Amino acid sequence: MTWLTTIWAEARRAPVLALLWAAAAALVIYVFVSGGYLIAVLHFAAIYVVFVTGLNIFMGFAGQVSFGHNAFAAISGYASAVLTATHGWEPLPAAALGILGALLCALIVGYPTLRLRGHYLAMATLAIGLIVYEVAVQWQSVTQGYMGISGIPPLGIGRFTVTSDRAILIFLIIIAALGVVAAAGIRHSRLGRAFVAIAGSEDAARALGIDVARYKLAAFLISAFYAAIAGSLFVHAVGFVSPEVYGLHMVVLAFTMLYVGGIGTVAGATLGALVIGILPETVRRFSEYQDLAYGALLILILIYAPGGLASLSSLSTRKKKEDA
Amino acid sequence: MTAAGCVLEVEALSARYGHVEALSSVDLFVGESELVAVLGPNGAGKSTLMRAVMGLVATGGAVRFRGKDVPRRNPVGAAAMGLVLVPEGRGIFAPMTVAENLELGAYLLGDKAEFARRHERVLSLFPRLKERLTQVAGSLSGGEQQMLAVGRALMSEPKLLLLDEPSLGLAPKVVEEILEKLGALNREGLAILLVEQKAPLALKLANRAYVMSVGRIAAEIDPRTIKSHDDLAHYYLG
Repeated sequence: MTWLTTIWAEARRAPVLALLWAAAAALVIYVFVSGGYLIAVLHFAAIYVVFVTGLNIFMGFAGQVSFGHNAFAAISGYASAVLTATHGWEPLPAAALGILGALLCALIVGYPTLRLRGHYLAMATLAIGLIVYEVAVQWQSVTQGYMGISGIPPLGIGRFTVTSDRAILIFLIIIAALGVVAAAGIRHSRLGRAFVAIAGSEDAARALGIDVARYKLAAFLISAFYAAIAGSLFVHAVGFVSPEVYGLHMVVLAFTMLYVGGIGTVAGATLGALVIGILPETVRRFSEYQDLAYGALLILILIYAPGGLASLSSLSTRKKKEDA
Repeated sequence: MTAAGCVLEVEALSARYGHVEALSSVDLFVGESELVAVLGPNGAGKSTLMRAVMGLVATGGAVRFRGKDVPRRNPVGAAAMGLVLVPEGRGIFAPMTVAENLELGAYLLGDKAEFARRHERVLSLFPRLKERLTQVAGSLSGGEQQMLAVGRALMSEPKLLLLDEPSLGLAPKVVEEILEKLGALNREGLAILLVEQKAPLALKLANRAYVMSVGRIAAEIDPRTIKSHDDLAHYYLG
């Protein structure tokens, strides 16, 4: 039971954070038992855990900026949708091909731009996000434009399909957990240390023998891989896709999650996606003020806790240090 | 000077930022086991010289390491040859732990036993780092951060250590402690090229020194001949 004592020690060190985790876990269990509409909300939150965890590898670990990861989600999402609903493919090969396509696109965009510093990459990613959105709208013969594509089958292999809402939720939670564990593994590997070194100082990293351009590209591809998985998961979980799903709103939402949760930490990205994914839906009756609340929350976090929710533990310890 | 007794030879090295020439035709050398200081006022091009040797800025001219050309604009290649730079402002990775920072110093090393040996050696040189291994590097004091920066550089077991202003922003007592360690490393045979604004400190350690002024080597001096501040001022002020 050593892990229990570890959790207890951790909880005493950061009570606010522990409370948030406990609330999130309780909510998942409650929703799972009670069922209904909130299950779909959790589907959404779990998919965003995947997306934001990936984005955090590129933005949080490696310290780069991308406004266009929605493009990679869109490419794999649409590939999944078109190949299964229109051409009758099995979901798994369709998703795999979509993810491969998204990675290829990431390689084509990332290879030349990642050699540059700062804003060039951010601008290039913004452009790719907008281009993919426009293609989804205009290429009506394939994407059916704003109408979108419906009747996308759920994920599954052969006769085994994940169809019930609860089964889909379990499946998504497993995928999200795998993604989070993999991200934590990356952070504490040689690769992850190189990413964080690049975020700290490209020159210092180079002077230590780290090939900066290569590792930036690796971070970009890994995060695009996460985005593409999230994109495919979405269409198979919801059964429907339209351009709006992967619009600029997706980027804004992911950024809010990343910063509210705490950019750079694995726990922060997860927590942010869960809290921002669930919160607005549970207080739906105030939906007119939802965007206002988003904005206010983001500003407050950036001013008072720039490390996000995940930093609430270190915040209290820092205070104590200053008092001493 | 022949290539035989030389760790580093810099020949007609020049570098520019846009239209501004930061280095013009710099020649210098560092002999085996030598500690060479580069002195000079702010803006003389000392940091640019270090960055140019490492290949972090585009340059004209040649840099040779034990007679072999150091690739230009390829710091990874330079690091693989055995050059390592401790940049101005230390360049430690603040969000990572002390242990992770040290590991990054040996990034190009695959051998675990060798890694453990170097790790042990760095920690015995800077015992204070040993107490702080799991601490986040950003929370260290300035002096400890500088020790970490030097320790991280030593993890690559360099043949030549390039040090850019290790005394920057540190208390005199801490500076003395760090310079003492550098002196000890040098006596063990490590060649060091040291950029320092605090000339008297650097001259105490150095075998030879260059004085830089507006991107050129203004003079090469023998530290033993510098007896007073006036002697030094002569080189700075011309």
